Amino acid sequence: MKLVKIFLLSFFLFQISEKNIAQDTTNLVKELEKESFDNKPGYTTGTFMSTRIVNGQSVENLPAHVLDVRISHRFGPIRKGIYNFFGLDYSAFNVRIGFDYGITNNFMVGVGHSGWQKTYDGFFKLKLLRQSNGAVKVPVTVSFVPTFAINTVKPGDQSFDHTSIPPDAEVKMSDRLSYVLQLLIGRKFSEGLSLQLMPTFIHGDAVSFDHFKNGEYKRDIFAVGIGARQKITKKMSVTAEYYYQLPDAEATIAGNVFAAGIDIGTGGHVFQLHFTNALGLTEKAFITETLKHGLISGTRFGFNISRVFQLGKKHKDTDWKKN
Amino acid sequence: MILLFILTVININTRAQVYFTKNGNISFFSRASLENISADNNQVISVLNTTTGSLQFSLLNSAFHFPKAKMEEDFNEDYMESNKYPKSTFKGVITDIGDISSLKDGSYPVNVKGDLMIHGVTKNITAPGTITIRDGKISAESTFKVLLKDYNISIPSIVINKIAENIEVTVNCIYEKK
Repeated sequence: MKLVKIFLLSFFLFQISEKNIAQDTTNLVKELEKESFDNKPGYTTGTFMSTRIVNGQSVENLPAHVLDVRISHRFGPIRKGIYNFFGLDYSAFNVRIGFDYGITNNFMVGVGHSGWQKTYDGFFKLKLLRQSNGAVKVPVTVSFVPTFAINTVKPGDQSFDHTSIPPDAEVKMSDRLSYVLQLLIGRKFSEGLSLQLMPTFIHGDAVSFDHFKNGEYKRDIFAVGIGARQKITKKMSVTAEYYYQLPDAEATIAGNVFAAGIDIGTGGHVFQLHFTNALGLTEKAFITETLKHGLISGTRFGFNISRVFQLGKKHKDTDWKKN
Repeated sequence: MILLFILTVININTRAQVYFTKNGNISFFSRASLENISADNNQVISVLNTTTGSLQFSLLNSAFHFPKAKMEEDFNEDYMESNKYPKSTFKGVITDIGDISSLKDGSYPVNVKGDLMIHGVTKNITAPGTITIRDGKISAESTFKVLLKDYNISIPSIVINKIAENIEVTVNCIYEKK
């Protein structure tokens, strides 16, 4: 009797473990997934389609070893109507050719030249925080972007495409230099919608613009920008951007800059087509030097073309190597 | 009597032939008129039970690495939607496990049948493969095709010449004993 009991018990145990074997693979996979997958930070990607929303910077960085050649055009104001073919007759009012490069996945640099005010500019963008929803939870991506620019227009040059400097003016180097410090705080709220806030400090140069406000000369200006992206299809998004200058610093003749457009991605290229009232293509120019009135002010058509090239080996995510 | 009990328990233990890997390799290849694209994932989890033939794979889509960073971004953003569907899995059986359970050295052609889940869509598939046993070490290889349409992965017309409709998937895993 006892023998039978033990035999039955053993048999029963055996049955259970047979079942467990089949169950084993599933349980073991779950166990291994927990070990290997669940400790991944789960970074959010694709908050914006490009490193620029329209005029200004987005929280997107170029991946390591990627070169981005960017060509931006701004045409004349469309308000003159069909006679000027809605601004396109002015040909390009301002063109910027720029080269950006990703040194690491979180650090990129860029240089460029714009025709308007013969300006050279350079910036770097450092990602301080990455939105993530995995083992680490961070609600926003935060980047720091300082931009430096230099106006190289010669005194006495009266060409139409820049603010002229009197021929006898003595212009120091420090009068030509400007810089902009920006903090970008971006969040991808859903697959389609991303928003970004940009607290900005601008130190303007002395030759590009009349930064007068109530008889006072103000070259230090604070502004807050807001940007948005809404995907329509996988390869197309609607974008919008607005910078608000704090009223006590905003120059009398300057307005706030807005922009709205679409992004079209094709794999290697991004085409950004838009309308904006800005003529400038560097931060200090479009945020603080957008004219309210005058011949060249008003809403205009513009586009940016971005083409990325992979140079050298792709930077591998080191997180993966640790496991 | 106790001996019988112990023997049965031992018997159970020796029967549980479970092998696993945490760094299996799965790669895929897309051949299109304008571009050839390949990607590699070296963080594949796989578990194989040589007694029952039960075979499972699990991987994170974001762990596929591409030669170009832009491709990787598009793969996760536009095609796999890795935020929504982080994992791809396979759960099936080796239908002709017979020879393998003996664990004798050799190379065994096998057929695998089961459920492949990609992009949130599960399809029953069969694929040929080879299991190689050498000095008690088990490795598995397989190559099969995946039709993107089957898994609701659509290719925007703007990149239709850059991405193949039929993707060749290659599996390469070396297992260790649990």
